[in-house]
Amino acid sequence: MEGHAIEARGLVRVFKKGPRAVDGIDLDVASGEIYGFLGPNGAGKSTTVLMLTTLLPPTEGTARVGGFDVVREGPQVRSTIGAALQEAALDPLLTGREHLRLQASLQGLPKDVRRARADELLTRVGLTEAADRKVRGYSGGMKRRLDLALALVHSPRILFLDEPTTGLDIQSRTALWEEVARLARDDGVTVFLTTQYLEEADVLADRVGIIDHGKIVAEGTPAELKATVGRPTVEAVPADPADRERASSILAGFGEPCGSERGVAVRLRSGEADLAGIVRALDAEGLKVEQLQLHQPSLDDVFLAKTGRSLEGAAEEEDERARGGLAMEPA
Amino acid sequence: MPAPGAGLSSFVDQVYVLARRSVVRTLRQPANVIGPLVFPMMLLAVNSGGLQAETKLPGFPTTSFVAFALAVPFMQGALFATMNAGTDLARDIQTGFLSRLSLTPMRRLAVLGGQLGGVVTLGLLQAIVYLSVGIAVGVHIKSGVAGVLVLLAFAVFISFAFGALGAFAALRTGSGEAVQGLFPVFFVFLFISSMNIPRNLMSVAWFRDVATANPVSYLIECVRSLIITGWDGEALALGFGIALVVSVVAFALASHALKERMAR
Repeated sequence: MEGHAIEARGLVRVFKKGPRAVDGIDLDVASGEIYGFLGPNGAGKSTTVLMLTTLLPPTEGTARVGGFDVVREGPQVRSTIGAALQEAALDPLLTGREHLRLQASLQGLPKDVRRARADELLTRVGLTEAADRKVRGYSGGMKRRLDLALALVHSPRILFLDEPTTGLDIQSRTALWEEVARLARDDGVTVFLTTQYLEEADVLADRVGIIDHGKIVAEGTPAELKATVGRPTVEAVPADPADRERASSILAGFGEPCGSERGVAVRLRSGEADLAGIVRALDAEGLKVEQLQLHQPSLDDVFLAKTGRSLEGAAEEEDERARGGLAMEPA
Repeated sequence: MPAPGAGLSSFVDQVYVLARRSVVRTLRQPANVIGPLVFPMMLLAVNSGGLQAETKLPGFPTTSFVAFALAVPFMQGALFATMNAGTDLARDIQTGFLSRLSLTPMRRLAVLGGQLGGVVTLGLLQAIVYLSVGIAVGVHIKSGVAGVLVLLAFAVFISFAFGALGAFAALRTGSGEAVQGLFPVFFVFLFISSMNIPRNLMSVAWFRDVATANPVSYLIECVRSLIITGWDGEALALGFGIALVVSVVAFALASHALKERMAR
């Protein structure tokens, strides 16, 4: 595949009588990259995925996936991609194995390959024992794993995952992260992952695009994005509150003072490498500390810097707006 | 350049795997199997017991009310086909399963073909049960073995036609509740027909006029003619003709609704 695996220019989607859900998105995702699309509910993540997977036509703009235009070359796009969308779209009356065989048939895999491919994927996602149970008896984590397996049946080069770990327990989430990372690392699959979880984007993604109200407000590697909002801070809480002045003068040698409710905090001049020096300096002065914390900037700090509100706050806002909308609906 | 999967998976293969899924899903929902078999037979038994005296009316075409009424379960079976096809498709829309299918090289019409293939398969099985019960309680099929085959073919035909109507309702609304809301509407059409009495013996003029205008009357009379008359060309032509019109119109509507829903 020449060029980027996914390209979008000025992508817009306006719904009838509704908002401008996607409002001019430009993005490029390199082959083999894990691209994290991070934003609160209602930001336009899923709508973008629907357009890139040819399930929703754009109102304006263009996009190419796998080198094919999403509007004019839909069948070619679909042959290149796999997708696990926001809802694990499964038939509760079929078993896991039946799902995989159906998917393999519809993807055009030869008959003699379908059974083996189904078995291979069931093993890979850890569903061999549950393979012949109906999906309605699966847990949320099992459904998500089956969803991922279905997206991989035809060995796509590009994988779209729309909030794949929402509602999963930590164990299931970690297992899914490991599989996604393995796909990119070992199989060279390009992964476009939407999420509202900071940690997921931070841990998994090679690059992150932060989306809010249908626009990308920041883009880069997690480290680059965090660096844009500043250096890490250190907060020291002296064991004896009377030592606060001494602690302040010691820390002042390492950076600029910043606010702290309980102790003393500075924004480090040289970064987290200063931490060892701080510990030595405090020890040399015989100053006992109750607590010493290093605060790294987070992607939430990036969102806050770009939008004026935190990602978690934005999520609560969207929930309240949704509840308010429901309350205003006529009976 | 054709998509790599499409060349390997022919339209017939796609319809087959989706039809198989439709049959498997229905068989795993006992209510969808038992209902269409038991309910029409119960109604047949009740009506046959209660309306047997109707056969004494001058001009009644047979002495057996069971033989007269055996045509009705075929129509009721078709109504159940409407519901099954419609609610299954609506569920696929609501769960996003239709989107999953859309992401494969599957041809759009294979969705309809598969769903209706399953409905038709079950419609045939239902028809075999209805006929078997009728024969077991003493009904003599006047048109013979050939008539039985024509009757089964007609049952398949009307299952297809009504299944397509259910599919249209599902694709248009995306709602299983909307599809189920059709059931009472279709049942009214069934009651204001020649379901319980021949049209020429209806004494209430407006009811006779409505039954004459009701296409369901001709579908019932087509089946009935094979059971109690033999070979009635006019009844067969009208029945098959109406089933064909309903099939074509319903399938066209469903195809258009599917195209809009899967706009891609």
